[in-house]
Amino acid sequence: MTEKLSAETSLRGYAGVLTTQKLPYGLVPAELCPVIHCVKSLNHLADRDVVALNPNGYVRTLFRVASEHNVLFATDRCNSFCLMCSQPPRDVDDSDRLSEHLRLIELIDPRTREMGITGGEPTLLKDGLIHIVRKCKEFLPQTAIHILSNGRLFYYGSYAHNLAEVGHTDLMVGIPLYADTDHEHDYIVQSRGAFDETMVGFQNLGRHGVAVEVRVVTHRLTVHRLENLAEFIYRNLPFAAHVAFMGLETVGFAVPNIETLWVDPWDYRHELEQATRYLADRGMHVSIYNHQLCTLPVSIWTYSRMSISDWKNEYLPICSACTARERCGGFFSSSIRARHSEHIGPFEVLPA
Amino acid sequence: MPADLGFHPKEHYGLVSAHPYRLLPFRFMRWQTGEVLVVNDVGEHLFLDASSFDAFVRHRLDSGSDTYLDCKAKHLLADSDSTVPIDLLATKYRTKKSFLEGFTKLHLFVVTLRCDHSCHYCQVSRVTEDRERFDMSRETAERAVNLMFRSPARDLKVEFQGGEPLLNFQLIRYLVNYANECNTQEGRRLEFVIATNLSPLTDEMLVFMREHSIFISTSLDGPEAVHNANRPRRGNDSYEITLRNIGRAREALGHDRVSAIMTTTERSLLHPREIIDEYVRQDFDSIFLRPISPYGFAIRTRKAWEYGAQEFIEFYKAALDHVINLNRNGVAFMEVYAQILLRRMLTPFPTGYMDLQSPAGAGVGVVAYNYDGDVYASDEARMLAEMGDFSFRLGNVHEQTYEEIFGGSVLQALQEASCVEALPGCSECAFVPYCGADPIFHWATQGDPVGNRPTSAFCTKNMALLKHLFGLLHSGDAFIEKLFLQWATSQDLPHRLAS
Repeated sequence: MTEKLSAETSLRGYAGVLTTQKLPYGLVPAELCPVIHCVKSLNHLADRDVVALNPNGYVRTLFRVASEHNVLFATDRCNSFCLMCSQPPRDVDDSDRLSEHLRLIELIDPRTREMGITGGEPTLLKDGLIHIVRKCKEFLPQTAIHILSNGRLFYYGSYAHNLAEVGHTDLMVGIPLYADTDHEHDYIVQSRGAFDETMVGFQNLGRHGVAVEVRVVTHRLTVHRLENLAEFIYRNLPFAAHVAFMGLETVGFAVPNIETLWVDPWDYRHELEQATRYLADRGMHVSIYNHQLCTLPVSIWTYSRMSISDWKNEYLPICSACTARERCGGFFSSSIRARHSEHIGPFEVLPA
Repeated sequence: MPADLGFHPKEHYGLVSAHPYRLLPFRFMRWQTGEVLVVNDVGEHLFLDASSFDAFVRHRLDSGSDTYLDCKAKHLLADSDSTVPIDLLATKYRTKKSFLEGFTKLHLFVVTLRCDHSCHYCQVSRVTEDRERFDMSRETAERAVNLMFRSPARDLKVEFQGGEPLLNFQLIRYLVNYANECNTQEGRRLEFVIATNLSPLTDEMLVFMREHSIFISTSLDGPEAVHNANRPRRGNDSYEITLRNIGRAREALGHDRVSAIMTTTERSLLHPREIIDEYVRQDFDSIFLRPISPYGFAIRTRKAWEYGAQEFIEFYKAALDHVINLNRNGVAFMEVYAQILLRRMLTPFPTGYMDLQSPAGAGVGVVAYNYDGDVYASDEARMLAEMGDFSFRLGNVHEQTYEEIFGGSVLQALQEASCVEALPGCSECAFVPYCGADPIFHWATQGDPVGNRPTSAFCTKNMALLKHLFGLLHSGDAFIEKLFLQWATSQDLPHRLAS
């Protein structure tokens, strides 16, 4: 609301008011409408964005029209405890947030192209997640939905079946897989039995016709058998719609575990090339996320995507001279601060 | 790694019990190099050196080694009580056997036995003007089509055979229209192929074929001398006619609607390179090197082919070598039998090639309706009948019901004799996941549908070719590896094989 607030301003019809101004005396009692005043800046918001106002004055931005990377944070809880988790879970009872999620979906611009559902582990909402997807189908029929899940609860075939039953036509579940054997994967996600549950989860989703994506984070514990993992994916998950190799984001748990996880992308470029080619040569759809082109063999540049969320993406000063910058995935802001490859350097001429 | 945050070291997720790993089902074959080829039930494989193999089978592999992880990831061993490795194997097995889904998909209609050629390797054609006697009638065609639609398959492929099917084009026309009419109710994906020597081809026929998107599969045995010697006809001009009509058909229907198959005779054995070169010259992008059908010779001599299996293998290897060299020189060209085997070796997917399945494709994948209404388990089964052996006659469209024909004892016996996983001489062979059975071949050549593997030309051939392909893949030649992978993963399987 842009007009100048005065004691006479009618707030009728507003669900709430955010203002940088100081609240004029006498306004609040006139209308039953929450108002947060003296907000420092509202420049990041635009018409049709969605925010949540907390009674303590905390304003959370839930949806931005201008962003391609909107996500619904389904829950803070998780049943895994991954060594490199970028959003460390919190063991809180947030089951009452479901109604907020459902309300949010009603408010989102139906022209939105894609929306993520993440967490925490969204499937911990159990039927709540099914409600959310059903609501998306109803209110956002043109919006692709991408759920980021560890897939473990899809071990229960009925749950996979229920998700499929919603009949959402543009739904994908992205599920991380870190190794071709159970103990290695279980160690990385710090949960015994997780590999088995995830693998069965993949199969159940595939069986019920839900599109799945396999996500592999590349770090010191995964890169040495990356091509073996690619083979395992091809043999056991050939129905996967997409396989993504993702560079490490040095936030969350990756920070305390950095010595266990860190490997310079330059040092595993050949393993990444082999694994990418292995899948691509067999007709699978492969992407490389969160890698800088100067750390990748040119033969796999074509699989590198500009994937980092707009608000997390940065480049180094040295990158300003690079001719490949327009095509480069860039860095996570966090990785720029924490640690990045020692082989970052500009291409003066674009490699053929 | 900070334990105070609650993280556990790797050992925490390692082997929980002291008991050693279990072996999951696998087969193996010792290689000339001393290595051992280890293959699981769904065709995933690896080569182990002799000492690693020894350690593997004695449960002594070091659980920290890459070999251990390789074996575990390929589901050759399991080290927990989890049933998930078995579940994953089961899913992969189901995928590999999914060629069985939908039951009989390929339906051969022998619309006439009449033919203008008198190829010596053909046992079924008749050079005659007697239309009444050897042509399929409309009533028989209708009954056969009705039976075809009883098959639950979503994809149905109708292949017209002979004799020379174009000599009874009226019936083809009638049958295509009738099947399409039925299909407005049925809603199947229906496809038509005519297996023809093309000599009676008219422009009018081409118009009809274009209207109904019909594929042509013709015969080209090699260069002029080989082709005309293999495929004699009055005037000795088969080669010239075939090529002219391939050109007309390509122009009318589209280049990729016309394919050719070759048959290897004793004469062909001398010309592997020339035969390949002829196919390249005629602008085909693949060839299927097929040994001659045994039917005929077999009945008289109990011999597989007019030449020995070993001679065919040498011919095949020379031809394949030439194909590979062509590719090295930039000519994209494929050998289809290698493609089928490589697809089985290198991908998790099934192949719908009916002549090499387990259980055999006879009846459950393919069925042949003869001109007189007799129903046979395959094209070979009706060839056998033309030689007087009716062992694999399933019934007649005028006399038996669908249930009697497809649920009868003949088909059941064929299935029982054709699961290589359980056949003597096959069940322990490392190549089981890549191979199949041919009970009709073994009946014809050995007098028994199961057959005796050590003396089986079918077994000798497939063993040799699979060994050869594995050898080439394992030779360290990166070009071959890439080429074979391209063949294996190519989407365009020749239409007669795809299902």
